[in-house]
Amino acid sequence: MKYIIQFEIILAISLVGELLNRLIPLPIPASIYGMAILFTALCTGLIKLSAVKETGKFLIYIMPMMFIPAAVGLIETWEAMQDFIVAIIVISIVSTILVMAAAGHMTQIILKFKGKEEKK
Amino acid sequence: MKELLQDSMFFGVAVSVGTFLLATAIKKRWNFFLFNPLLLSITATIAALLIIGIDYQHYNNGAKYLSYLLTPATVALAIPLYEQTMLLKKNFTAIIVGIASGVLMSFVSIFAMAMLFRLGHTEYVTLLPKSITTAIGISLSQELQGYVAITVTAIIMTGLLGNIAGGLICRILGIKHPIAKGIAIGTASHVMGTAKAMEIGEIEGAMSSLSIAVAGCMTVGAAILFEGLI
Repeated sequence: MKYIIQFEIILAISLVGELLNRLIPLPIPASIYGMAILFTALCTGLIKLSAVKETGKFLIYIMPMMFIPAAVGLIETWEAMQDFIVAIIVISIVSTILVMAAAGHMTQIILKFKGKEEKK
Repeated sequence: MKELLQDSMFFGVAVSVGTFLLATAIKKRWNFFLFNPLLLSITATIAALLIIGIDYQHYNNGAKYLSYLLTPATVALAIPLYEQTMLLKKNFTAIIVGIASGVLMSFVSIFAMAMLFRLGHTEYVTLLPKSITTAIGISLSQELQGYVAITVTAIIMTGLLGNIAGGLICRILGIKHPIAKGIAIGTASHVMGTAKAMEIGEIEGAMSSLSIAVAGCMTVGAAILFEGLI
């Protein structure tokens, strides 16, 4: 019973997210609206952590598998990409590493700076 | 054999989950970084389809129910984020500025390399959304009139890289702080990277989850500034 309730809460939030995605003309997907709604509901105490925890964690645990179908779709787009496949691969790899470097180091620098300020 | 499997509702799911299970066992036995469960199962599934001769549409008839769960799973990412609320409040500036730097770097590096490869406008805007989560990336690519299917492919390649090597890249780059690691992986490689960040640690996972939403929205907002450059 407990898990059914948890699953239904997550599904209901997904539904609201989906409706918002259709009603608001912004390219924000249902899942992001849903994540914001659940986070807000948890913070305000509207939904208790125990009301979603186990089912939510289970979904997160099996999440990597959910990417398989989309990635297998590569066999279909392969031909369309042949003209600039090298560019796509190089740009994807290099820019991913650069983004990690920029985001990670900037966060780390500010954290260190703030840490020093607090010690003073 | 082919005809029998082709119209099956469960073939796609069974092969996907089965290869994933097998890949996880391989990863457990030999802990080599290229033995990434996601990478192995994708390769094995593609090989199986090519060998049996089943096309993607038929495979996806069953496999789409795995993708279907992605929305509720992403909604559930709010749970680890909520568990780290204190951390989020305390380090708000570092987190937001960090994500913004990553988004800016994404645009600048894609622009610079698109110039280098002499890509046209359509190819350039096709790649712009590559670091954000698929659902936002698809909408943005449509809006910018890119090749949506190729955007999805670039997003998946990026995510796969984050999932395989996110931890390794952070180590090489000297990103050690758990919050910084999570922000780096989530901003660069969206939900697929986040799945990995979850395994690295609770803080990394929560920060990575947050980055997906924030980086996605920032990218949509800033895309207008960058789309006209090429």
